[in-house]
Amino acid sequence: MRKVSLDSINKVFGKISESNKLYLPVDGSDGVAVYTEWSEGKEWSNALNTVRSPKDFFFPQVENLMEFKTSGKNIELVDIRDEKEDFVIFGVRACDVRSFDILDRVFLSDPVDSFYASRREHGIIVSVACSKPSETCFCTTFGIDATNPAGDVTAWKTEDSVYFKANTEKGEAFMKKIEDLTEECDDSAVTAQKEKIAKIMEKLPLANLSADAFGGGKTDTFFNAPEWDELSATCLGCGTCTFVCPTCQCYDIKDFNTGNGVIRYRCWDSCMYSEFTKMAHGNNRISQKERFRQRFMHKLVYYPENNEGIFGCVGCGRCLAKCPISMNIVKVMKKIGGNKSE
Amino acid sequence: MQKITQNQLVEKAVSLLTDGTVSAVLGWKKGEFDYDITPAVFKTADEIKENFVWNDFCGANFSKYLVAQAGKHEGKILVFLKPCDTYSFNQLLTEHRFDREKVYAVGIPCEGMADIAKVKELVGDGIVSIEADGDSLKVSTLYEDAPALVNAKDVMAERCVNCKSKKHVAYDELMGEDGIVLESNRFDEVARLEAMTPDERFAFWQNELSRCIRCNACRDACPACTCEKCVFDNPASSVENKAPANSFEEKMFHIIRAFHVAGRCTDCGECSRVCPQNIPLHLLNRKFIKDINEFYGEYQAGAEVGLRAPLVDYTTEDLEPGEVFDRGDKDA
Repeated sequence: MRKVSLDSINKVFGKISESNKLYLPVDGSDGVAVYTEWSEGKEWSNALNTVRSPKDFFFPQVENLMEFKTSGKNIELVDIRDEKEDFVIFGVRACDVRSFDILDRVFLSDPVDSFYASRREHGIIVSVACSKPSETCFCTTFGIDATNPAGDVTAWKTEDSVYFKANTEKGEAFMKKIEDLTEECDDSAVTAQKEKIAKIMEKLPLANLSADAFGGGKTDTFFNAPEWDELSATCLGCGTCTFVCPTCQCYDIKDFNTGNGVIRYRCWDSCMYSEFTKMAHGNNRISQKERFRQRFMHKLVYYPENNEGIFGCVGCGRCLAKCPISMNIVKVMKKIGGNKSE
Repeated sequence: MQKITQNQLVEKAVSLLTDGTVSAVLGWKKGEFDYDITPAVFKTADEIKENFVWNDFCGANFSKYLVAQAGKHEGKILVFLKPCDTYSFNQLLTEHRFDREKVYAVGIPCEGMADIAKVKELVGDGIVSIEADGDSLKVSTLYEDAPALVNAKDVMAERCVNCKSKKHVAYDELMGEDGIVLESNRFDEVARLEAMTPDERFAFWQNELSRCIRCNACRDACPACTCEKCVFDNPASSVENKAPANSFEEKMFHIIRAFHVAGRCTDCGECSRVCPQNIPLHLLNRKFIKDINEFYGEYQAGAEVGLRAPLVDYTTEDLEPGEVFDRGDKDA
């Protein structure tokens, strides 16, 4: 384990950014933290998390896949891939680190999504343990340890220092780069910090939320539950929950007419939208109730069914904080799961 | 502190449901915390007694829900309307978007709603309870032993700080006393933007709108946006998009939406309340309202049912397009 004083953290950022692009949460003009490329003068935000999750780095909201240029009878195919350089994402919370595993199981299983795979290969993740969780946090429900996040390097921030531990080869290489700026230390301060945070995690209002009622094989149990009507009654059908979600992975591929060719791009899609997965025969989910149900069934039943029981939610709490009508996965789990397990 | 209590609203809802005046109630339902309140359709007195809530976080404007809910239930649906909600209610009626006969509207006074983001700015994260205490809110967090007392005025939502009216312009029944139309400072921020150079103003909106994630929450919450199928959701429209393909499209969505609701927007402020990215979208609409006021005389959408908005009502007194052009030119 190595450490650096908090006062010198910008030196670490400076060192890393000499060789790689470095992104970290920085407070924006409206005071809300956003992943921003570091440069001299940018300060690491104290915020618990960003509104937009770091899934953008691997699965961007909009991404150009290829370009077709036409001239006369010729069509030229242009490779416009841009995901070719190593980069560092610093300050990723435990919930968001887990979200990468969830996305990996989709994009890295056969057929591998080469755009995603390439970004994952080039990305170095430096996670940071939480120090002030919010009332909306419920990562423990999904077995995530906010005091000890995964990633290539794990960092802990105390009042005066930042501690680092490498977990992977990429992480070792990262530590090597900042060796001169950090000093070797024992793990006593980190152990104390972990204990302190673990105590807070126990006091969180959603600490006892259980997902045990859900999982693979439960489609029949929940699909026709009468509670869906009430839960979805006032859903606006906007895409806020899906777009702030670190694990929502659905996308659409479209062609953009440039006038003398076509840019084929993909963008996030939302199961809340009326034209989601529209097919030649029309749409298979015609009411908002069906769209709403799809989102929660996907995270709580379908995803675990296809992925060894792992849930498609990480308990980051973004949807709790941002849904315009304050409807969210916690309310769904309590209403539907609670009723069924009684 | 709201002047009308939760108990009074619960009693009212239960009595109207029990005596058969209505068969359903649009109301606020309590959440996991004291601030995450969900609009809900209540069908029984027990549900209302158990889950109906009325506090400083009941910001949601129910008027638009009437498009889907009025006529869906046997008989009438009860809707509680704060003063600003009644303007949306009238505007929707003007546009024939729901059946007035299927609705029983109860006007309720509002002392302004709190913005949870402002509460968190003052007392920090980890909020476990918020209670009204006179003109203050008593906020308990995971991190402080003693609850913090914050002045309700200091955490009030922007749209409430600049409240345009405490007067109800529509109701079947009014609880408490009616208020008056207020002199607000709601156009000050628009004036500040108008005073910028075009480049500064472009930079301002570029910065704000670049945060847009195209979740459509602004549109979906907006009581003026009630098209059966939005052009941006229609694959056949050729402008349908789920994400801005470039920085032009990023702005186009919001500018087109602002034009579409011009003269119909009542300035209820739902767009900015629901935006997950804190974009001050209401300023686009307020610019139109300010211009309409200045070009055609004071006009408040939804003040009465059946008003003809200046933009769709030709008179020989209308100003010439050239005058508008000159004004724009002067700034350039």
